[in-house]
Order: sequence, then C-alpha cells, then structure tokens
Amino acid sequence: MATDPNRIKKVMFVNRKAPYGTIYALESLEVVLITATFDQDVSLVFLDDGVYELLKGQNTKAIGIKNFSPTYRALDGYDVEKLYVERESLEARGIAEDQLLVDVEVLSSAQMGELMAQQDVVLSF
Amino acid sequence: MLHIVNKSPSQSRTLDSCLRLAQDGSALLLIEDGVYAATRGNADGAALRQACGRLQVYALQPDCDARAITALLAEGITLVDYGGFVDLVAQRKTTHSWL
Repeated sequence: MATDPNRIKKVMFVNRKAPYGTIYALESLEVVLITATFDQDVSLVFLDDGVYELLKGQNTKAIGIKNFSPTYRALDGYDVEKLYVERESLEARGIAEDQLLVDVEVLSSAQMGELMAQQDVVLSF
Repeated sequence: MLHIVNKSPSQSRTLDSCLRLAQDGSALLLIEDGVYAATRGNADGAALRQACGRLQVYALQPDCDARAITALLAEGITLVDYGGFVDLVAQRKTTHSWL
C-alpha cells in the first residue's frame, strides 16, 4: 500500500439517506467540507434515498430543522466539483435530472461501481 | 475492491445496492445482521446466492455463530474469522463499509 503522506487521495462520500429523517445527510456534508480543506480529491455520490438530498425547493421552515440543501451549491467554492448521481436511483423515484438543485453527472450503476473501485477511501453515509 | 454489508436483507436495501454496484471479481464480506443474507432459503438472499458466481462472498463466522446460522449457510459462502477479515481488507485497495 502506498505510504507517501503527500499523495493526494481519492476520497468518495456515498450518500444513501434522505435529508431530514436522520442526521446522516447533514453529517456527510460536514465531513465533506472538512475533507475539502485537506486538498484531497473528493467526490460525492448519491444513491438510493440519497438522491432526495438534491431535490430542488426544499423548505424546512415548519419542521424546525435547518435547510442545508443550499450548501450543495456552495461546494464548488471549496473545490468539491465531482457530484455523481446514480441513474437507477433517480428513475426508481421518478426524479429527473432537472429537478436537482445542483449540476451533477448522472452515471449508471456499472459506471458508479467502476468509479468506486478507483478510490483510495470510501466513506458511507 | 471489498464491500462490507452489515444489514439484514429483510430490513434494509443495502445489500441490493451493493450488489447493483459491485464489479465482477470484487469481494463481499457479510458481517453483523448482514450474515442472514447468506442463509439457505432466505427469500431476500436469492440475489446474493446468484451473485456468488461473480463475487467472492464471505461471512464473518463469529457473527454467524452468535446467530446460530453457521449450519444454514448457502453454498458458495466462505467463512472467515476476525483474522480473515483483516486479511481481506489488507488484500484489497479499496474497502467500502456500506451503511
């Protein structure tokens, strides 16, 4: 295994949970922002209910939880520009790419699996 | 690549998603409640039994023993102990512990 501490690592965050029912989606975002400050090669993947994190028009006023969805649009300011969504997860939920609040690359399951296998670190949320 | 799944297939779709993405030749290690997928006759384990041809599938023996399913494992599943778990992680470049 490579041990060069200066080598930039490919770090993938796999988001598979809907945004407000559990804390996972928000926690993932926090860790992504922290990781970005270490100048690593960060990518975010949205699978299964994780695609709901990116739906446009979230309004959390009446549930008393912070709407963190605008943060996904701010990620490019932290040089986090690789956002991938699995096509099968979108289709299974009747969601089209233009209903998402940020530009993403839509990949098939096979392409997503290939990308995952290329990472140094995969963190699941 | 090594995939690790710790949820029962009857309780969570995690295993389905893992199988959908896992590339041929990858390793899959079932731990904790994930081991139930490896039992013979589990309707929710059918997809796993089919995947045994293209993936190397392992189950963590201490978790199987604890749940009294070691004798019920389907064919094609390899038991590993904690040392074997460490070996699998060390052999593969990338590990994904599915949540």
